[in-house]
Amino acid sequence: MAMRAMVMRTMAMRTTAMSEALHRRITRAIEAANEAGRPALVPFITAGYPEPAGFADTLKAVAGAGDVVEIGVPFSDPMADGMTIQRSSFEALAKGVSLEWIFDELDRVGGDTPLVMMSYLNPLLQFGYQRLAARAVAAGVGAFIVPDLPYEESGELREVLETAGLGLIQLVTPATPDERLAKLCDASRGFVYAVTITGVTGGETGLPDDLTRYLDKVGRLSALPVCAGFGIRAAADVGAVGRHAAGAIVGSALVEALERGEDPAAFLNSLLDSPAAA
Amino acid sequence: MNAHPVNTEAETPDMRRLLEAELGGELPDERGRFGPFGGRYVPETLVPAFERLEDGVRRYLHDPEFQSEYRHELTNWVGRPTALTFAGTLSERWGAEVWLKREDLAHTGAHKINNAIGQALLAKRLGAERVIAETGAGQHGVASAAACARVGLPCRVYMGAVDIERQAPNVDRMRRLGAEVIPVESGDRTLRAAIDEALRAWVADPAGIYYLLGSAVGAHPYPYLVRELQSVIGEESRRQMIESAGGLPDAVFACVGGGSNAIGLFYPMLGDDCEIVGVEAGGRGDGLGENAATLATGTPGVLHGCHTMILQNRDGQVQETHSISAGLDYSGVGPEHAFLQATGRVRYVSAGDDEALEALEELCEAEGILTALETSHAFVAARRWARENPGKRILIGNSGRGDKDMPTLTRYPARIRSGGHESHGHENYGHENDSHE
Repeated sequence: MAMRAMVMRTMAMRTTAMSEALHRRITRAIEAANEAGRPALVPFITAGYPEPAGFADTLKAVAGAGDVVEIGVPFSDPMADGMTIQRSSFEALAKGVSLEWIFDELDRVGGDTPLVMMSYLNPLLQFGYQRLAARAVAAGVGAFIVPDLPYEESGELREVLETAGLGLIQLVTPATPDERLAKLCDASRGFVYAVTITGVTGGETGLPDDLTRYLDKVGRLSALPVCAGFGIRAAADVGAVGRHAAGAIVGSALVEALERGEDPAAFLNSLLDSPAAA
Repeated sequence: MNAHPVNTEAETPDMRRLLEAELGGELPDERGRFGPFGGRYVPETLVPAFERLEDGVRRYLHDPEFQSEYRHELTNWVGRPTALTFAGTLSERWGAEVWLKREDLAHTGAHKINNAIGQALLAKRLGAERVIAETGAGQHGVASAAACARVGLPCRVYMGAVDIERQAPNVDRMRRLGAEVIPVESGDRTLRAAIDEALRAWVADPAGIYYLLGSAVGAHPYPYLVRELQSVIGEESRRQMIESAGGLPDAVFACVGGGSNAIGLFYPMLGDDCEIVGVEAGGRGDGLGENAATLATGTPGVLHGCHTMILQNRDGQVQETHSISAGLDYSGVGPEHAFLQATGRVRYVSAGDDEALEALEELCEAEGILTALETSHAFVAARRWARENPGKRILIGNSGRGDKDMPTLTRYPARIRSGGHESHGHENYGHENDSHE
């Protein structure tokens, strides 16, 4: 009962803060990091990995070290993810992690760090969009990244989310034509997710040479902060994208650290250690 | 079972209107939709690649020069038209007039080649540097390897590790035809994981790669493209039935995994006065994970780029499937089949592993044709239907030959038949899946 009361209180608090759209909190957290003279850090974790019982602690640890936390909903067919996130996804599923469980955990954990959720479309579709929006608002999830939902198919989900003060974070890639880039930046909420390399997550190829030009272009077209993701593994990468983007998203490298049983906060802090590197 | 299905959804004006649009050749619409099914749910990285593909399909597929090149290859390299065979012994036993459309006689042993050579020619026109493909039973892998060798493009085939084991002869064939076979160890290690892995490879090089998808599944324009290339099966069948059988069939049967041979056979006959039945893999039972009867027991969802019927749990996690036939062992199905079921125009039933094995054996012994385990499922439903509808004319899509299944079949010793037509055991296993009614 005590837990339920706490959940209700948290929900009430969040509802009163709703005069401002929840996705604005994401934007402000990134801007605050930039104002402090550093790129924002957006850590990604697969919910319930490596152990569902440790999710709350892992979340608190990465929320303490990051400015916005991206929570991955495991899916049976993660077609845009490389081996690391696939592995973590399958393992979390095998241990019973579901979207419902994730929301229950988030309600329980609380916390102030703005959250975004990464999920393939089908789990969201089966959960139901209205219910999804309500649970997201209660849990403090301000926006969704849906890697297999291109703009053209996104109308229905976008409408439900935006009505609730939430939004979709659009991905853009180096191959996105300029006209489409402008449209995607305009539709995005929270931040714009700039995929730095052509490929799935967790690639070993590093950052491409013309990254600077690409990130600058997205930055010019976007009213929102731009965060760069894919292939960011070390402090040097964060430093490199940090000069041309508002933030860096760290996914596979963090999941690998969790896989090795390392302290996620220490790993994330090490990424900001040497801003002069690169 | 003996009449057209009663499907309340088909009674709605929306579905009636959509079925008319389908019969008029207007579907998929410009968004790649067949009513509520289809669409294009792909990562942003692939959006430009899909737009290029769609543009290429629009420009070349019905272009007279492309068509004449394609038809030339179908005639001179694939060996079309394939035969229409009257199955005399089966007809006598079943009390029906049974005709077989012999896709097993097409080059490389199955209907898959119709699609593979068409898309390989398209890949060439689009300036692709290399081709990737996925394969389940290995038939599409072999067809892709052969087609790529024919047009001079390098080919890489993704194949689940489980399938590599149960379809070993095809793996060797692919390699001899110059393709590189990549074992997929992730996920369920069958066709679904192979598609996931092929998509990942494509995401990494969307400009240089042409993805030669093997079934009428996936994101738009694949379901449309594959249907158009496979429709040659139904077009030939109609003509041959009129010429040889003296008229169109009363009922048409084809097996459905992703559903490319079925849509190829069915599509040109949708407007005809005949019952159309798709047959899915009933595996070893009704439970989730026990079968691959997606249309009969699945629910709507998004998998591999399209909105269709899929086998999933309540959390939207796609479930593993089971079928004795690798080619039917898939958790999704082509969106056009989901649509045709919703409109009531096509009825989808299932046949179990044991029934399929037995039908395979009967066809061998009665007609001298070793058919594929996939194809055998269609014979199970056709025989059932024939018993309830005596004296009718039946067409079965004999989609592929069974040589590739020998490693599986050797685990089931051939029954010794003395008189020729007895002992159709396992009858109690049979079950209809009419849950959509």
